[in-house]
Amino acid sequence: MSSLLNIVKQSFGLGAVAVSGGVHPPDHKHESTTQAVGQLPLPHQLTLPLRQHVGNLPKVLVKVGDYVLKGQLLAEAEGNISAAIHAPSSGTITSIEDALIPHPSGLPDRCITIALDGKDEWIAHAPIDWRKLETEQDKSKLLEGLRSSGIVGLGGAAFPTQVKLRTNAKSSVDTLVLNAAECEPYITCDDMLMRERADQILKGLEIAQHLLGAKQCLIGIEDNKPEAAEAMRHACANSPLSKLVPLKVVVVPTQYPSGDARQLIRLLTGIEVPADKRSTDVGLQCFNVATVLALHRYFDFGEPSISRIVTITGNVQKPANYEVLFGTSVADLVQAGGGALADTDGYIMGGPMMGFNLPSVSVPITKASNCVIASAPNLFPSAPPAMPCIRCARCADVCPVSLQPQELYWFAKSSNLEKARDYNLFDCIECGCCTYACPSNIPLVQYYRFAKSEIIAQDRAKEAADLARERNEFRLMRIDREKQERAEKHAQKAAGAKAEAAKTEATSATEAPEDEAMAAKKAAIAAAIERAKAQKAAAAPQNVVDAIPSVQAEIAEIDARREAAKQSVTDAIATNDAQEEK
Amino acid sequence: MLTAVYVMLFLALLLGVLLGYSALKFKVDGDPLVARIDAILPQTQCGQCGFPGCKPYATAIAAGEADINQCPPGGDAGARALADLMGVEYKPLNAEHGLPKPKSVALIDENTCIGCTLCIQACPVDAILGAAKHMHTIIASECTGCELCLAPCPVDCITMEPIAESPDNWKWRYPVFDIKSVGQVGNAQAGTRH
Repeated sequence: MSSLLNIVKQSFGLGAVAVSGGVHPPDHKHESTTQAVGQLPLPHQLTLPLRQHVGNLPKVLVKVGDYVLKGQLLAEAEGNISAAIHAPSSGTITSIEDALIPHPSGLPDRCITIALDGKDEWIAHAPIDWRKLETEQDKSKLLEGLRSSGIVGLGGAAFPTQVKLRTNAKSSVDTLVLNAAECEPYITCDDMLMRERADQILKGLEIAQHLLGAKQCLIGIEDNKPEAAEAMRHACANSPLSKLVPLKVVVVPTQYPSGDARQLIRLLTGIEVPADKRSTDVGLQCFNVATVLALHRYFDFGEPSISRIVTITGNVQKPANYEVLFGTSVADLVQAGGGALADTDGYIMGGPMMGFNLPSVSVPITKASNCVIASAPNLFPSAPPAMPCIRCARCADVCPVSLQPQELYWFAKSSNLEKARDYNLFDCIECGCCTYACPSNIPLVQYYRFAKSEIIAQDRAKEAADLARERNEFRLMRIDREKQERAEKHAQKAAGAKAEAAKTEATSATEAPEDEAMAAKKAAIAAAIERAKAQKAAAAPQNVVDAIPSVQAEIAEIDARREAAKQSVTDAIATNDAQEEK
Repeated sequence: MLTAVYVMLFLALLLGVLLGYSALKFKVDGDPLVARIDAILPQTQCGQCGFPGCKPYATAIAAGEADINQCPPGGDAGARALADLMGVEYKPLNAEHGLPKPKSVALIDENTCIGCTLCIQACPVDAILGAAKHMHTIIASECTGCELCLAPCPVDCITMEPIAESPDNWKWRYPVFDIKSVGQVGNAQAGTRH
């Protein structure tokens, strides 16, 4: 039905449809776009958390004390969904232990710390000529190599990119969407990236298109970034990709959260990706601009993912964007931003809508960190106390995924988790529009996050219980089986003993057969000994078989001497014996 | 009149045969109630309820021989779920059977372990790996934290380690609001921002 609707819409030239819901918070983007992307001075040390992406933690390949070069692999991807980690600069590894990481929990996690030597010495670069790799086999090999690139989605989700570039018969990608919407307030890293490196982004897009075999590419940019859109249009016109496939920069109206992949896909193509499917199932794939640029750096220069552009903004002297090595502490970035103003009361990683408060300013910048905002009471006043829900349904109006936030709120608040799940709690993208719109100041998203993590914990406990039940049942079954086997063995033995007893009783009358049996046994033993002897004799030393004739002769001579010596000894003993007898 | 009797007889016969057949054909093995109770129980197999495992306890509850409040690892939520299922009044956990503890896993001090295999025999879920006169170790992901291995150990080398909170198993908290003292309104507001 919806596809029919799409066909109708597209035939009327209405390919793009407005996203339902969404809000328009003040965007605060101009503060940090006044100066070019800066380069942070090389810090003294870098702290690299192993948990920088979605999926399994990578396996550490180095140990404390190792000297590593810039770009060297520190930890390799483990399992299907995982990403490698590389040294962002040269230096010595000083520790591999738990340290504070940028995570909403504020809990420490495993990190690799490198003391930099300041030389910033690269490994040997190994660019890959991806244009030559045409066949599917070559491409899959290329993706295997991409596992060690460490590239993850740099838009904030940090999903390993190599997984997204895999194609199979089931999910062929028709349209490649480049996500340059950057809808969240304050964040400008993608904006600056497009203004300054649009041509490099296009080169990255070429690679992604080549790997996926997409038939068209769409670049979605919000209309609050006219400079970036212009730069991208210019780059598109010059790109060889524009001769291969239709390539279009689409300017979309500024509205939060149209930078969410599914929202943007809907905006650009009119296709709504079903909740239980991936975008590839409907022939679409979406990448962030910074991610495809990382692809370009990896393939054309052999540089793994070791840095990104981060916005430092909010309550700082000079809000700006910086190219930051992963592992650099937030404090260094704040320093680069001219330092925080006096009334700063905390730091937010990510945007003001979906970001989280940092536990400390010493935490490192990771692959997912796109923005650091110094918060102050005048920028982010504390939320007034929550009042009762008046069921005005404003949250439902602004929900971009068409949920019923007010219902979900009731269920989450009363911990009625099953019901919350039934109301598609897990489709919630935690964009925060409902909280933003709520006239009663209810922290709706916090309730949803609480409910989600409770449900996930319950599901895990259930899984563990099922496993335990299975293992317990197997154990009981095994014990039963062993008991049975033992009983059978005993029974057999008892039966055997009885038969033996009967036999001896029957044969004890006559002695001769027993002697005969004994003799037979003895003969058998003798035969066995004889066999063993023969075998020993036959086993000639293996290493002399192929020896050259002169060596063979030498061996023969030595053997003869040994034999003669043996003979002489036995002779001597014999004569001795004879003399003694005499 | 006679036709009606015949019809009734025929119907009775037909339905009887049908019922008899379906009673054989669709026979349910085991008590489904036991399985449903067992699904609620946490499967630690710790025996704190007084039965040798979760399944026997479930069987006892189904038979009305045991109360619903004898499972400390299941906690209050477990007792409530059981009360719900059995249609009886909720009862707080019976302290005689122990109190709920934070979820833990056993840890063998490998320097002290003498390799006696007694704990292996005690483990209800085969989560201990080892052989006679060789060091034993716990497969932490399989350990249910039942503590059954503690008692048999002749050298007391097994301890229970509570599972620490990590970014992996951390949960978002229920939204609560800090009560601010009036004098300090200005500097105590991190955490309530969105």
